[in-house]
Amino acid sequence: MRLFRSRHGRAKWLATITWLYVLWSLLPVLVAVRISLNSGKSRSTFQSPSFRWYWGDTTSSVWHDDTLHTAMWNTMKLAVLCMLIATPLGVAMAIGLQRWRGKVSTGANTLMLVPIVTPEIVFGVALFIVFTQVYTGLPGGITTQLLGHVTFTLSFVVVIIRGRLTAIGSQYEEAARDLGATKFQALRLVLLPMLGPAIFASLMVVFATSVDDFVISSFLSTGASTETVPIKIYSGARAGSTPALNALATVMLLVTLLAVALAGLVMRRMRTHGDQDASLAGLTV
Amino acid sequence: MSSPSVAQIDPTGGRPPRTTTWAGFALPGVGWLIAFFVVPVYAVMAVAFGSVDPILRTPQPAWNPLAWDFSAMSSLLDRVFGGDLGKVFLRTFSFVFLALAGCILIGYPVAYFVARKASRSRSMLLALLVLPFWISYLMRMLAWTNLLQQDGYVNQVLQWFQLMDEPRNWLDGDWPTVVIGLTYGYIPFFILPLYSALERIDGRLIEAGRDLGASSFQTFVRITLPLSVPGLLAASVITILPMFGDYYTNSYLTSGSPRTEMVGNQIEFFLRGSSQPQTGASLVLVLMVFLFVLMVYYLRTTMKAQRESER
Repeated sequence: MRLFRSRHGRAKWLATITWLYVLWSLLPVLVAVRISLNSGKSRSTFQSPSFRWYWGDTTSSVWHDDTLHTAMWNTMKLAVLCMLIATPLGVAMAIGLQRWRGKVSTGANTLMLVPIVTPEIVFGVALFIVFTQVYTGLPGGITTQLLGHVTFTLSFVVVIIRGRLTAIGSQYEEAARDLGATKFQALRLVLLPMLGPAIFASLMVVFATSVDDFVISSFLSTGASTETVPIKIYSGARAGSTPALNALATVMLLVTLLAVALAGLVMRRMRTHGDQDASLAGLTV
Repeated sequence: MSSPSVAQIDPTGGRPPRTTTWAGFALPGVGWLIAFFVVPVYAVMAVAFGSVDPILRTPQPAWNPLAWDFSAMSSLLDRVFGGDLGKVFLRTFSFVFLALAGCILIGYPVAYFVARKASRSRSMLLALLVLPFWISYLMRMLAWTNLLQQDGYVNQVLQWFQLMDEPRNWLDGDWPTVVIGLTYGYIPFFILPLYSALERIDGRLIEAGRDLGASSFQTFVRITLPLSVPGLLAASVITILPMFGDYYTNSYLTSGSPRTEMVGNQIEFFLRGSSQPQTGASLVLVLMVFLFVLMVYYLRTTMKAQRESER
């Protein structure tokens, strides 16, 4: 195996594979973005650049098609509300699970991890059945979709925050206690600020997961008024669609990347300890 | 198991650890998961083992386990083992297996390079590996439906290289399209956990192998590869679990062709396409039983790692 024996341990072919993979993973998306700027109706070949599918076309552009508006608005609303509910719930749960000892705690900890290994279709079916058979009083659509998204993203928050709590350790809080702070003062004034970057990482992950979710939203959707962007992309491709779908996806992509970049900037400012990238730690569980 | 020296310097200064307050912190989250995860999964069982209203065809869930009726499940199991659904299960396993093979073949070298070989380009490569996480899954699939059209770029490139005479109809129930789609869709979820496992391998072990005269290939095969097996297993499990429940990738990329139908498509069909929630619920349970070993394996390794890091 000569290939492996390149000097200085630098493996050229590994680098080649890696860069080819990066290209393969991102190029299709760039092509899709380019097609969103197509002047013609074709979704496969590019004719000439235009903003027809963003706002130029008076019937089916993202700006003029009401169903696309609704989908975008629903997606954003769900993602923001999900962030606001799942993050505090998850932070409290992470702190609690970290310190609460005993048999019940082990059970609660296991319960928290199970959603991570559960295929989404099980979530979708279970929530669909429970909202049609048990919690029948709840209004369908956005409300049930939100409940589903929070349930699905909660565990991610707990895992990210717990990883950070373990890295912080207990010495800072103990120092605060020794200096006279109460348990809750130590929590509020010492621990929570230190958790800042991890909380931002959680917000990012929850936002992106909710925006990305198709299965749960789809199972709990009750009609056109409760469609989200992924549902629109999914159903649109079947019914001979236009590059407006690409434009819709591109707008969502830009919104997500902007949100992630903003959160990343804030995190960089907050980070005081050179620990592992919290967002990465969260994604790898 | 913690070392005695750590135990003796008790940081709480001998205060008895009171954990009830902390249980209160965990309570809202636990309550949420019980209400919207445990109860729903139990409802699936109640519907699967319940009965169906003879006139309205609506499910009559059986909440009392003593009243469970297993006749619907047993007729479904007949269809899974030897019946029409058996073929669907077999196809699902083949797709997932091939896509996992694709993930390992492409993903292992990539994760290995970024974790152990790339030095100057590492942070940039890491950012690029994370990037697909922020791009909507369906947008990434939408991109492929653009590329794989009859007059799309994939056919153009293949014809330009003269690898094909006629444009191929990729999006019409072609199974390789599904395998490519699944691999493309899930490989980021494979690479990142594998990366962090490979990165944690103690570099001194590899250096020792080199110092003792092994070639870099030998050190890889005899040191790095064996040490990466747990990470490889965990990454594989966390990748294939969602793949088993996938029904949108294949139906999106093949316009819902029955030739590429997976278990998830059947589940969705029973619940939403036709009103047979009992059959759908039973099929979900069958799928969960199939995946149980994988789920437990992942839970156990995660909890072990958690305990070790908190020690």
